[in-house]
Amino acid sequence: MADVVLNHISKTYNKGEVKAVTDVSFEVEKGELFGLIGPDGAGKTSIFRVLTTLLLPDAGSASVNGLDVVKDWKAIRKRVGYMPGKFSLYQDLTVEENLNFFATVFNTSVAENYDLIKDIYVQIEPFKDRRAGKLSGGMKQKLALCCALIHRPKVLFLDEPTTGVDTVSRKEFWEMLKRLKEQGITILVSTPYMDEATLCERIALIQDGKILSIDTPAQVVKQFPKNLYAIKSERMSQLLRDIRHLDYIDSCNSFGEYHHITFRDEDDYEIQKKLIADLNSKNHEYIEFKATPATIEDCFIKLLDQHE
Amino acid sequence: MRQFFAFVIKEFYHVFRDPKSMLMLFGMPIMLILLFGFALSNEIKNSKIVICDFAQDPASQRIIDKIEASKNFEIKKFLYDPRQIEQAFKEGNVKLVVVIPNHFNDDLLHLHKAQIQVIADASDPNTANTLTNYVTNIVMDYQQEITPFNDLPQKITTEIRMIYNPELKGTTNFVPGVMALVLLLVCVLMTSVSIVKEKEKGTMEVLLVSPMHPLMVVISKAVPYLFLSIVNLSVILLLSVFLLKMPINGSVGLLFFESSLLILTALSLGLLISNGAQSQQQAMLISLMGMLIPVLLFTGFMFPLENMPLPLQIIANVVPSKWYYIIVKSIMIKGLGLTAIWKETLILLGMTVFLLSVSINKFKIRLG
Amino acid sequence: MNRNIVISTDKLTKRFGDFVATNEITFDVYEGEIFGFLGANGAGKTTAMRMLCGLSTPSSGKATIAGFDVYKETEKIKANIGYMSQKFSLYEDLTVQENIRFFGGIYGKKKKKIKSKSDELIQQLGLEKERGKLVGSLPLGWKQKLAFSVAIFHEPKIVFLDEPTGGVDPVTRRQFWDLIYDASDRGITIFVTTHYMDEAEYCNRVSMMVDGYIKALDTPTKLKQQFSAETMDAVFFELARGAKRKAD
Repeated sequence: MADVVLNHISKTYNKGEVKAVTDVSFEVEKGELFGLIGPDGAGKTSIFRVLTTLLLPDAGSASVNGLDVVKDWKAIRKRVGYMPGKFSLYQDLTVEENLNFFATVFNTSVAENYDLIKDIYVQIEPFKDRRAGKLSGGMKQKLALCCALIHRPKVLFLDEPTTGVDTVSRKEFWEMLKRLKEQGITILVSTPYMDEATLCERIALIQDGKILSIDTPAQVVKQFPKNLYAIKSERMSQLLRDIRHLDYIDSCNSFGEYHHITFRDEDDYEIQKKLIADLNSKNHEYIEFKATPATIEDCFIKLLDQHE
Repeated sequence: MRQFFAFVIKEFYHVFRDPKSMLMLFGMPIMLILLFGFALSNEIKNSKIVICDFAQDPASQRIIDKIEASKNFEIKKFLYDPRQIEQAFKEGNVKLVVVIPNHFNDDLLHLHKAQIQVIADASDPNTANTLTNYVTNIVMDYQQEITPFNDLPQKITTEIRMIYNPELKGTTNFVPGVMALVLLLVCVLMTSVSIVKEKEKGTMEVLLVSPMHPLMVVISKAVPYLFLSIVNLSVILLLSVFLLKMPINGSVGLLFFESSLLILTALSLGLLISNGAQSQQQAMLISLMGMLIPVLLFTGFMFPLENMPLPLQIIANVVPSKWYYIIVKSIMIKGLGLTAIWKETLILLGMTVFLLSVSINKFKIRLG
Repeated sequence: MNRNIVISTDKLTKRFGDFVATNEITFDVYEGEIFGFLGANGAGKTTAMRMLCGLSTPSSGKATIAGFDVYKETEKIKANIGYMSQKFSLYEDLTVQENIRFFGGIYGKKKKKIKSKSDELIQQLGLEKERGKLVGSLPLGWKQKLAFSVAIFHEPKIVFLDEPTGGVDPVTRRQFWDLIYDASDRGITIFVTTHYMDEAEYCNRVSMMVDGYIKALDTPTKLKQQFSAETMDAVFFELARGAKRKAD
């Protein structure tokens, strides 16, 4: 059974002037780890706020745990955990005080649900007397997650939990989410980091308030329409410009140490040989050229391209 | 209830851990009281006075000598015609006239009682009060000096007359004024800022998405400030009674009841402001602009309302502190009870109910 | 490549009481180089960057920025650098044109020069239609591109970028890096922090800060060899995993 359902949800601000979310529909299954992937301003936060009953949609309907987000707002608020974009903690309260406060607000106690947060809490426990404002980004993130979990929610909404947090903490965070999922909690998470998409079971790519694609990460990648190649040479920025000038190239984007390219029409050994020859003539040396699997980010760029 | 207490405790942590809030809560009222108190009641030296000695006998001479010796006074001239007294005040810089009537010494010796009249310019009420006290002290001093030589005690009464401002507005009036100012300002400012702060930090979102009823959030926020304001009120009252020697003539219980009414009004106003304001600065600005100026202008303790043009007098009627000020003055200074101030109390109560219901009605259970 | 040194630090240290935020960091940055300044949260990046911008006085050690001393010549440093961060860059309530004019004016550029250069800039960014619009109404990606252009408007020797692409969509992120490459080609040195590890690959050299120390500094290729890792992500993970200063 779908735990979260969105039916043609639209949301605007400033009397319709700013379109935050346009006709968005998707479903999240019970116990699923679902990712909303898109840049800042794509409408992720608005969707989360509609689902957590904080905003009324302009059009469409939505339900969480079988309850309507407009009518049953009180009941929904008892069942969901929510971690807003900014780690919403009381900076002037200690780690322990924050946790105890939120536990009480949610009508429970830390002891009652300690098993659920134990794995996470032990990592911040050495700092339990420290004020939340004095914690690092990674620690704040863990404390905020503990606070959102303290009442054993049925559905967990995490709005950009990994923004501004370094790679190590991000990896640890995703490990935690996997363990939570095993407990049967439905998790909706949003992120601007494309590389985190593969850690979700299913993802929705979103830009300008519209869904570009919804599927499993593997399926999204499979739908990439062309063969993708990686290329590098000694002078990467010059290489990018030179390749973009070639008329038989469809796209060329920098991707870490390589540039990713697709060909416009024919895509065979001949055209590849021509590419290397053309680049050699422009004094590029030590060219490395190989086929490469598409990433979510490649797909996102391609989808944006098609959209415009 | 557990939720509620956890919330209240949390709110106290916020206040006690923030030096700025502490200063605002407790520093400001103390500072205001001391500022008003001492700015208005310093010792006054070398005030120019006029003596009207109709007796011209040994006793009157003795008292005049004493006045002359005091560093507080400087005798400007002697007059012998009562009609010249008003003229002397009008000519300026004369603050006080001492009138010693005919047969002063005789009365004292034979009737064992005599009278001295002190007329003071009360347009500066505090100075007038202080100066008449100085004169009274000198006369008492003389009375004690002569008593041991006679069997029967001789009593000199000082009759004090204030002119220009007989009600002595000012001296005893600033304490009720400061009370109104502090309670309104602190409550409105602290509640609105503390609610908006939660909006700004995003914690309001988390609180809204919790089983706690949104109204509970607000009520739990108001309670600590209600409590702190009552503590604040006590501090102001203690300071004014023990440091400024200002009496509380009426019922203390009634005073606290009426003050709680004003605090509730202020809390509802704070809540209303927090509904619209998006940032802490905005909340602070609205609270200060919206509260400080009307309270200073229209309460009546800075500028007498009866001297204002009619439209402004009408506006003053919607400022809660105006009514509170009348109530407090009646209780503290005149020692009156509820029977005398039921009308004002009713008006204040009406305002409180109105503002509270508006702010609760307007309170948003969602964002934006 | 030109080998003029534009940033040079020698045992640069900043202490806050007992806490050593940056511990004897020593490195050189060359003219026109894109220098990636990476590290975990709380590793001391921000503190180091503040010292290099002349905003905070070091506790000990030496550093020169564009040839000027960080202790004595902070004003000259500020005139020769540009700065842009994710959080603050432009005034949201001023228009595109007004922002450019304002920031150009701050650096004492002549009115005529500002006029001609801002026309050029607006054209280059394709913002002709938006020049009269409030910056607050632009999409984030455009804002960041504009902010970068404004930061290098006065042709500084070095530009410091503090997480310039956080939250920006993948296409705009690449357009942003195109701007960085252009600036670098013109001889402007780029000093950049980022959380995107693919962006670390775009840098000529990368330094990795852990617990206040610079634990590694080299080209991305050599760093990967050194740590026998496939990606920069793995290099970073290897280094930052050992960090003790997590809670700060």
